[in-house]
Amino acid sequence: MILEALIAVAFVSALVVLLAPNEWAGKLAFALSLIPFAGSLYVWSAFDGSGNALTGGDIAFRTQIEWLEVGGRSVSWFVGLDGISLPLVVLTTFLVPLAIMSAWTPIDSRQSQFYGLMLFMEANLLGVFTALDFFLWFIFWEAVLVPMYFLIGIWGGPRRKYAAIKFFVYTNAASLLMFIGFMSLVFALGDSVSSFALPEITQAIAAGDLSAWFGIAPERMALLAFLAMFLGFAVKVPIVPVHTWLPDAHVEAPTPVSVLLAGVLLKMGTYALLRFNFTMLPNQASALAIPIAAIAVISVIYGAMLALAQKDLKRIVAYSSVSSMGYVILGLVVFTEYGVGGATFQMVAHGLISGLMFMAVGVVYNATHTRMVGDMAGMADRMPITVGILVAGAFGYMGLPLMAGFAGEFFIFVGSLSAPALPYAPVFTALAMFGIVIVAGYLLSAMQSTLFGPFHLETDYEVGPAPFHDVAPLAVLLVAIIVLGVAPDIFFEMIRDAALPVVEGVNING
Amino acid sequence: MVNAPTAVTALLPVLLLALTGLALLLVDTIRPSERSNTSMAVVSALGSLGALAATAWLVVSGTVGVDAGAVRLFADTIAVDTMALFFVAIFTSVTALVVVAAHDYFHDHANPAAFYSLVMFATTGMALLAVANSLAVVFVALEMVSLPSYVLVAFLKQNRGSVEAGMKYFLVGALSSAIFLFGISLVYAATGSLLFGDVAEAIGSLDGLAGVAGLGIVMIVGGVAFKTASVPFHFWAPEAYEGAPAPVSAFLSSASKAAGFVVAFQLFTEAFPVGASLGANIDWVLAFGILAAVTMTLGNFAAAVQEEVKRMLAYSSIGHAGYALIGLAALSAGGQANGTVMGAAMAHLLVYGFMNTGAFLFVAMAERWGVGRTFADYAGLARRAPVASTAMAVFMFSLAGLPPFAGFFSKYFLFQAAIDNGFVWLAALGAVNSVISLYYYSRVVKALFIDDPASPSALDAIDVRPTALYAAVVFAAVATVLLLPGFGPVIETAEAAASALF
Repeated sequence: MILEALIAVAFVSALVVLLAPNEWAGKLAFALSLIPFAGSLYVWSAFDGSGNALTGGDIAFRTQIEWLEVGGRSVSWFVGLDGISLPLVVLTTFLVPLAIMSAWTPIDSRQSQFYGLMLFMEANLLGVFTALDFFLWFIFWEAVLVPMYFLIGIWGGPRRKYAAIKFFVYTNAASLLMFIGFMSLVFALGDSVSSFALPEITQAIAAGDLSAWFGIAPERMALLAFLAMFLGFAVKVPIVPVHTWLPDAHVEAPTPVSVLLAGVLLKMGTYALLRFNFTMLPNQASALAIPIAAIAVISVIYGAMLALAQKDLKRIVAYSSVSSMGYVILGLVVFTEYGVGGATFQMVAHGLISGLMFMAVGVVYNATHTRMVGDMAGMADRMPITVGILVAGAFGYMGLPLMAGFAGEFFIFVGSLSAPALPYAPVFTALAMFGIVIVAGYLLSAMQSTLFGPFHLETDYEVGPAPFHDVAPLAVLLVAIIVLGVAPDIFFEMIRDAALPVVEGVNING
Repeated sequence: MVNAPTAVTALLPVLLLALTGLALLLVDTIRPSERSNTSMAVVSALGSLGALAATAWLVVSGTVGVDAGAVRLFADTIAVDTMALFFVAIFTSVTALVVVAAHDYFHDHANPAAFYSLVMFATTGMALLAVANSLAVVFVALEMVSLPSYVLVAFLKQNRGSVEAGMKYFLVGALSSAIFLFGISLVYAATGSLLFGDVAEAIGSLDGLAGVAGLGIVMIVGGVAFKTASVPFHFWAPEAYEGAPAPVSAFLSSASKAAGFVVAFQLFTEAFPVGASLGANIDWVLAFGILAAVTMTLGNFAAAVQEEVKRMLAYSSIGHAGYALIGLAALSAGGQANGTVMGAAMAHLLVYGFMNTGAFLFVAMAERWGVGRTFADYAGLARRAPVASTAMAVFMFSLAGLPPFAGFFSKYFLFQAAIDNGFVWLAALGAVNSVISLYYYSRVVKALFIDDPASPSALDAIDVRPTALYAAVVFAAVATVLLLPGFGPVIETAEAAASALF
């Protein structure tokens, strides 16, 4: 019942904070958000799952209670963890308190609503990563959008209304497409499944129980469902060319929201891709390996090029997220132990690093009220600690060894160089590696012009060091990034254990 | 033979409603000095909740149930079955919410007592409609719903909009009543009976009178379309809902619409069963299919272009009539999922009863504050009234069918059942319309939470906290949320009730 308790605590905390007075809503929210974090550490220490939850592995902390029945199939409250979902649960509960603390400075109106919505989102995110029943999962998945819509729309920048609506419409349309794709799979499975439990559906598909539905042959059906779900999730990830909502949402969203958006919400997309597309329909995925790998590499390169062209620090980090997500897709599609495992590891690593980058840019913005590269210079003089951490984070982004980003990307490249499922794997890998060079290019040049050199900023007030509660989350994140880079095995071992059955699920012809 | 105790027990909900209405009328007439807004509201709320409790008791005690079958009274003209009780539960819940909210809405009205007795009489008519088993009873009950409704719409007699709306409603209503009655007489001419069961038997052997019966059924479909605010008799709805006092709009668009559906569901399963009708070449399924498709599409597109929230809700309510019509349109002769389809439509009407009533009651609150009617006038309301605005956001997202709320399940079950019964096109159209609806529902949420108020003083109008209205709105929101985890028993009851009729 520990997972239920985690979700319930987050929900109740959200309600409590919503009713709290604005003055100390932020402190209260921070304190309350430490409870799920402590809970997730306990879950981590007591984790006893093995294998992949969907392919018949041992599911840790499993609860399955029948809820209702639709069309002869039961819907249940079914939650549990495996080596893929546990790191993401820990990531979520870890990032939320930090994001809340980083909000103390910039959020100065309607605080109780803001922090209440943040906690409400946390509850739903935990639901997304733990749910193993399709309907339950879908409810949490959609429920994440509602607080996000308000968080961007109310506390966002000047074009917040446009950004919020664009985010909402884009992702909702994508959800519908994905929903239709999945449902057609369930219909094609017919009577061979008796519930919407994801493990049962995955195993039925693997057993070849798909049959013709509405005159569409099973193979064709699986392919169509794969495409619908891939497109639906691609919006969330996002993958070029359906990424355009992301820069708008990021730039308009307040910093703490950006942290969760980049750190956790994007991972919902890659997590779902791994669970649904690559675990349920591995053969369709490997049949489409070349186009998917091509899209991944295009995302890497094009996202990096777009970042290169930006002048707004937040936009730079936003586009580089598109680029980093490309690596994750590449890792997934190669179907090797290190590829899939590395992709999952990269989700966590990128969650931490992009969270750090957005937060650091936010701290600089709090002090300077600008994010434009040309407007400031020599910030290192005035905010040495913040700038130091920002530089360290940027190096993490570039894949400096002993930091989490290096481990993630290294695993992916190791996995993708020798991938039997992907023709021309070395070519794709080499092209994707080239993305790192561009990342280094734009990050170094942006930092050089804003952080170093003589101080310059047109303000009528003194710019000094950031307050403690702005810097503390940055430092904590940096420590986590280094710990994960030095000892990737604390997560990678369980990830690999859960990734292996996914890799074995694919039939590689020749 | 009917023995009196059975009749009293089985009709307890109807009798309780009627007695409450009469008691209110009595006090209002002979002791006008004794009437107070509060006591009237309390009595009518207790009356409708009592009827709700009686309904629940009838089901729980097993007096009426799927196994026990219907309780038939008065030479078969009344049949109390589970479907009837399901709908009585919807009517009484909505009525309770509406009378509680009306307490604050009519706080300065000269004579609110008449309002409460009229609402109770209309609800009595609806409950009677649900248990009717004869075309004659149906017509009488229908008029019993309609006549108080006309008065209710025009209740603010100093307000031109209200009176005009009442007049329009009355004219369209009178016309459709005439058509409905003419339809009944044609069916009687062709089948020789007014009892549902006898009509159903006669439908199988019409011998050349199929044309007459068919014409009659088409006219009855017209009457149903009026009551449910469906195309082609929908155009009174935006006018009436907009002009009427908002609690009355809530009452009409939720309870009265459901009343139209209960009569349609009973008529087209028990009097004109789908198999026999199709056998006699009377294809009312196709007619309902076209009506459902046109109604949901027209309602949605018209709602999308409105500038006034109440009018938008009126058109959205037309759209939802289109969804619920799937319950009739997706039937087929011997279809395996007939009961599932109709049950899903019933469950949708129940959920709709809460979320739509809640939405109109929020409008009632805005009218009470006097903040204006358009989307722009609602800008920034969440800053002064966060709880009520959150409830409104729940209603809007639920009406749009977004997952964390009950509206998602009720729509999903409906579309899924339609697919199971082979009507993929209806489900697809419904899904497309649902997506479109997200646009105009989210406009309300955007106005409430995200837009800035037109002027700093625009929010000063929110100077009162009408407690009862708040309670009703919050209760409806809580019900809308809780019906998601609690959807299992609802859909099971509805499906069992509907399946018993096939």
